[in-house]
Amino acid sequence: MEKRNNKAWFYLLPAMLFLGFFMVYPLIDVFIYSLEEGYNSASQTFFGVGSYNYSFVLHDPYFLQAVKNTFILVIFTVPLSTGIALLISTGLNSIKALKNLFQTIYFLPYVTNTLAVGLVFMILFNKTEYTDGLVNLIIRMFGGNSIDFIDGPYWAKMFVLCFYTIWVVMPFKVLTLTSALASVNPQYYDAAKVDGTSKFRTFTKITLPMISPMLFYLIITGFIGAFKAYSDAVALFGTNLNAAEMNTIVGYIYDMLYGDSGGYPSFASAAAIILFAIVLTITCINSLISKRYVHY
Amino acid sequence: MTNLNQVKISSPNRGKIGKAIIYIFLGIWAIMVLFPFYWMLLTSVKSYSAYNSEYVPKLFTLSPTMENYISAFSAVPLGKYLANTLIFTLSTTAFMLVVTVLAAAAFARFNFRGRSIAFMLFLALMMIPYELVIVTNFVTITNMDLRNTFLGLILPSITSVFYIYLLKENFAQIPDELYYAAKVDGTSDLKYLLKVMIPICKPTIITIIILKVIECWNLYVWPRLITDDVNYFLVSNGIQEIRESGFGRENIPAMMAAVVVISIPLIILFLIFRKKVMAGVLHGGTKG
Repeated sequence: MEKRNNKAWFYLLPAMLFLGFFMVYPLIDVFIYSLEEGYNSASQTFFGVGSYNYSFVLHDPYFLQAVKNTFILVIFTVPLSTGIALLISTGLNSIKALKNLFQTIYFLPYVTNTLAVGLVFMILFNKTEYTDGLVNLIIRMFGGNSIDFIDGPYWAKMFVLCFYTIWVVMPFKVLTLTSALASVNPQYYDAAKVDGTSKFRTFTKITLPMISPMLFYLIITGFIGAFKAYSDAVALFGTNLNAAEMNTIVGYIYDMLYGDSGGYPSFASAAAIILFAIVLTITCINSLISKRYVHY
Repeated sequence: MTNLNQVKISSPNRGKIGKAIIYIFLGIWAIMVLFPFYWMLLTSVKSYSAYNSEYVPKLFTLSPTMENYISAFSAVPLGKYLANTLIFTLSTTAFMLVVTVLAAAAFARFNFRGRSIAFMLFLALMMIPYELVIVTNFVTITNMDLRNTFLGLILPSITSVFYIYLLKENFAQIPDELYYAAKVDGTSDLKYLLKVMIPICKPTIITIIILKVIECWNLYVWPRLITDDVNYFLVSNGIQEIRESGFGRENIPAMMAAVVVISIPLIILFLIFRKKVMAGVLHGGTKG
């Protein structure tokens, strides 16, 4: 028995080494960093211990801009993407022909490089001296004025960012909801049909409650994912997100760590912990609300 | 009752119209998804002069050219980026597989003291957000002088708790009788793992490999932090470099050629293993 015990730990050793070194230790260390004031990464010294890093981050206009951007992104993309995904997967589940083809197409954004495809979106929305870009031409066709979505006004840039984010997160949501919808027991629908229940009523009274756990899961992961948005913004606006006023909280963390404004792991740690606190709070609120609406 | 009759009478026509609306709606979203892919392919085969002379971009081209693909490989080190990404992806996935298989086997096969606590702790690690640990990892790798090395790129990317969990669940489904039979025959634990457990769970292992390859191929944040030497750039960083200083900002067709080259390997992989990828993602992948 003792020998088998050792063998098991031997099998676990590599995983434990990697996880301990790159996950557990950093998790403790990030709190320490966040409390070390005036940390210098070159000499690895610091002046004292306290909450200065947090107060610096919370008063940094770049951080406040990043928080504002992230919240706007979350508020628009989570409900919209979940709603559209629900429509699409309901549609998918009610057809037979071409269903596989549609499903395959809808999944494509999941396997593509966010940075690479972001360039295509930038070109579609960008307005340069050579061309107004395809999107602006369409807007002009309908009588609107062309707008530079990439270097132009704030709301236009935010619109593109939300649009691209929804495009990127849709595959996961459509896939999850389609499979949730398909697993609803068809007997419920048969019963509703016999009773002559309208389609809309069937949807709100049977389908939605049946898939509500999955829907709730998607909303939670959607919130978490949207709060961590970063590479979509880089793809559209380049690495200097502060200059574009399009930085996100995660972007702020990385900028503090490295790059032109980098070299401040203490500030980065404080910002990361603030982000984590926000995400945790929102997830708890979500769970509380869901208790009233989710039927397990 | 009257209500039911009305529904019955009008339903054939209404059904058809409803179906048509559904197909139109699904078709519109399909176009939204596919259009960027079409646009990158189209732009990548337009010549530089043709592209820049089109104030109103044309939706098709009659004179496709491959010159952009040639300049994508000659004017910027796209081949180098691809080779780096390939090395990084293959080695990270290989290391991940060894670590994951061993850990999953330990949890599923051995009955050791502290197993359930250890497994609970492993699962708890799934909750740790990447953003919290990246700060220290960045400092660690920098202090170990591993910046701009493959080792620095690979080491923190190896372990994924979720894959250990996925494989452990699968391993645990193998009946114990097989194990006892093998023991009677004098098979060692390691041989049993290699000859019985792994072959039985091959589908799950393939799913894990594909998900990890997708993750590695598209990785952006960690490589950006840890490499500033172009010789160690992965494709995501490469494409950002190309955008910011590569061909000169105006040579969009060449940029699009690079984007196509970067995107195609994963799209092919997905089309081959479509069902496995989708099932794997359904089991608990999110876009990271």
